[in-house]
Amino acid sequence: MYRYDEFDHTLVAERIATFRRQVQRRLSGDLTEDQFKPLRLMNGLYLQLHAYMLRVNIPYGCLSARQLRQLAYIARRYDRNFGHFTTRQNIQYNWIRLDETPDVLAALAEVEMNAMQSSGNCVRNITADQYAGRARDEVEDPRPWCELIRQWSILHPEFSYLPRKFKIAVSGAPVDRAAVKFHDVGLYLRRNADGVVGFEVIAGGGQGRLPYVGHTIRDWLPKEDLLSYLEAILRIYNLGGRRDNPQKARIKVQVNALGPDEFRRLVDEEWAQIRRSALLAVPRAEIERIAAYFADPAWEVLADDPVAVTRQRGVDPGFDDWYRANVVAHRTPGYAIVNLSLKAPGIAPGDLTADQMDKVADLADRFSIGELRVSHRQNLVFPDVRQGDLPALWQELRALSLATPNIGQLTDIIACPGLDFCSLANARAIPVAQDLSRHFGDAAVLQDVGELTINISGCMNACGHHHVGNIGILGVEKNGQEFYQLTLGGSSGEDASLGDRLGRSISAADVPPAIDAIVARYRALRLADERFLDTYRRVGIEPFKEAVYGARAREVA
Amino acid sequence: MGLVRGGSLVPDPFTDASSLGELPAGVPLIISLEQWQVRRDELLARGQPLGLRLRSDQSPTRIADDLAHFAVVALEFPKYRDGRAYTHARILKERLGYTGEIRAVGDVLQEQLHFMQRCGFNSFDVVAPDAEQAWRTVAGDHTVWYQATGDGRPRALDRRHRR
Amino acid sequence: MTGQMILANRLTDGRVVFLAADGRWVDDIAGGAVATAPGVASQLLATARVAESRNAVIEPCLIDIRQVAGHRQPVAWREAIRATGPTVRTDLPA
Ligand code: SF4
Repeated sequence: MYRYDEFDHTLVAERIATFRRQVQRRLSGDLTEDQFKPLRLMNGLYLQLHAYMLRVNIPYGCLSARQLRQLAYIARRYDRNFGHFTTRQNIQYNWIRLDETPDVLAALAEVEMNAMQSSGNCVRNITADQYAGRARDEVEDPRPWCELIRQWSILHPEFSYLPRKFKIAVSGAPVDRAAVKFHDVGLYLRRNADGVVGFEVIAGGGQGRLPYVGHTIRDWLPKEDLLSYLEAILRIYNLGGRRDNPQKARIKVQVNALGPDEFRRLVDEEWAQIRRSALLAVPRAEIERIAAYFADPAWEVLADDPVAVTRQRGVDPGFDDWYRANVVAHRTPGYAIVNLSLKAPGIAPGDLTADQMDKVADLADRFSIGELRVSHRQNLVFPDVRQGDLPALWQELRALSLATPNIGQLTDIIACPGLDFCSLANARAIPVAQDLSRHFGDAAVLQDVGELTINISGCMNACGHHHVGNIGILGVEKNGQEFYQLTLGGSSGEDASLGDRLGRSISAADVPPAIDAIVARYRALRLADERFLDTYRRVGIEPFKEAVYGARAREVA
Repeated sequence: MGLVRGGSLVPDPFTDASSLGELPAGVPLIISLEQWQVRRDELLARGQPLGLRLRSDQSPTRIADDLAHFAVVALEFPKYRDGRAYTHARILKERLGYTGEIRAVGDVLQEQLHFMQRCGFNSFDVVAPDAEQAWRTVAGDHTVWYQATGDGRPRALDRRHRR
Repeated sequence: MTGQMILANRLTDGRVVFLAADGRWVDDIAGGAVATAPGVASQLLATARVAESRNAVIEPCLIDIRQVAGHRQPVAWREAIRATGPTVRTDLPA
């Protein structure tokens, strides 16, 4: 993992000192709420329905056991004993006091974490594939590049007052686990025809009220040009992004209004001016310095599929279910990537209590070289587990309710905080997820259905990624009551697509039966082991409309 | 309110005539791009120093060839949230090579002074009641930067690898 | 009984508070002042705005309430959730 040096520490400490002064000025009445709001937002502090909420960055999803213990400490000392992992590799605390926020930030800084730019119209937390550096299908580890981008983006003097927020995601693998095409800028590490690794650059993707799949604006960018090219994009956006209407201020609107070709031309024109600029040159020594933090740990020489594991899978169906759903191939023989499901039946997706955090940190030390990851699907990952340890780890995770065998399946639901916490919400999201996870608790059904994602957002802002769920659920308000709008066929992967609206919105009580009907229709229509998404793409929306709304589907939709 | 330059409150020799129809006689003026385009000869004939005020939707590249006529280029922040002038300032200084006064005008708040300075602004028409105090408050906020700009300050990474 | 109350977030900790008859801000909806007569609501709001300008609270607003099973409850669902807290994670201590 990256470690702060004296410069990183100083930068964060100075930022906290400034914010401490700003909080003092607010508390003493020197600053009005209007003046203070942008300052607190730049430090990750929101005012939500019930209290202040602090959003903390987990840069590109990497977390150490030590950091997780500190997050547990903060949850206990300053909050209500839990935290909520979001779709952007952040953790949110829901009950932070304004007057204690500088202390919380100082506690984070002790473990080299911060909340800088987790809100505001600036470059947000850089996100990445949660299996980075460990996945078998990876072209190259994206983490050093993420760290380089992180540093370039923090307190950027030119780009701290952009038209709107700016999200960047990076994947080092062709299989996209980071929703790269739904970011303001998305990067895939790719080999060109000569076998040289560079970046495919995607721009203008996003969700929210105006969802778009991003466009490739450069097929292949030399790695050493990364910062100058990003700077060119940000500059074109800073100058040309709309500032008259916040709904239309994201880069996706600019890219799609200009058309990707014209946008590319503008970026290239600017890039030609700054590409060779010494101001943006990154010496090889710095790239090597950063990369060294992500060097492979000293893995043991082990063989794949130890007998003990194979035997246990044969005799223990519970273990076998978990193994098949939650354990992923590691690029090193004898090791495995293990997903910790934060989606046990009836649990708020992405929530973890302080006690669980402490215990997970201990398990990470024992089983995963002290490191873990956070995924955009709101789960945790142990990246470096010896396969021989899997049965023991499974037992431990089961005791913590973190071994539900459902990764990527029906009950691995993404849900935003919704109207239970969020001041922008139209409807609750968490209770819908809880209902569904209880409703589909049967492991046999889950397994039979296989890969199927459900994503729930409490409003059009789409923090719960409803547009890209295979089944999306959007909370809407009608006459003061909560209703839910279903969409089908979304995908956040490399085969990105936006979901199609199924029909009129339904009540919360009707959601589980509607999902039942969709799932039943899928099972009836699928060919062999076809995924839900593939069946949907083959047969279209009509059979599902009919399944949910009956024969009158067309009239009422 | 007041103009801060070099860390202190300074008198402003210029009169901002950018929104006036009648141009006051005998004083250095700051004018708009439109005034410059229409009354260029008249303005040059005055023999007084000139300043140009650009809105945030007016790029300094539009007057690249005329920059030598201006002692001041004032870049406007209509709202502090409108960050276009940060880019304009960098282009003005780093690309067009302008070495005169780059003045931040409009909604210029204490909290933005640091970023402005790094982008090339060297004078600030600060909104705070005590502009000099505002400047002093934030002057020492940062000693480490991740980015290089035309102000020549070294990045963290430059300092890391300096032996 | 229906009426109107003032709800806001307290500056220091952001918690939801209600304006009481004596001008204090209280955590419990039961302790807040209820305006039933015309004119009283605008007086309450004026008091709240003064408190806002003195930086005691943020975004005070007038909400409609009604009695449900002997308890006061905001009419709007959003404000009802604000008054009583999230409907989830009730397992954790306040
Ligand atoms: S989608 Fe809406 S309700 Fe959910 S967290 Fe985002 S803004 Fe809040």
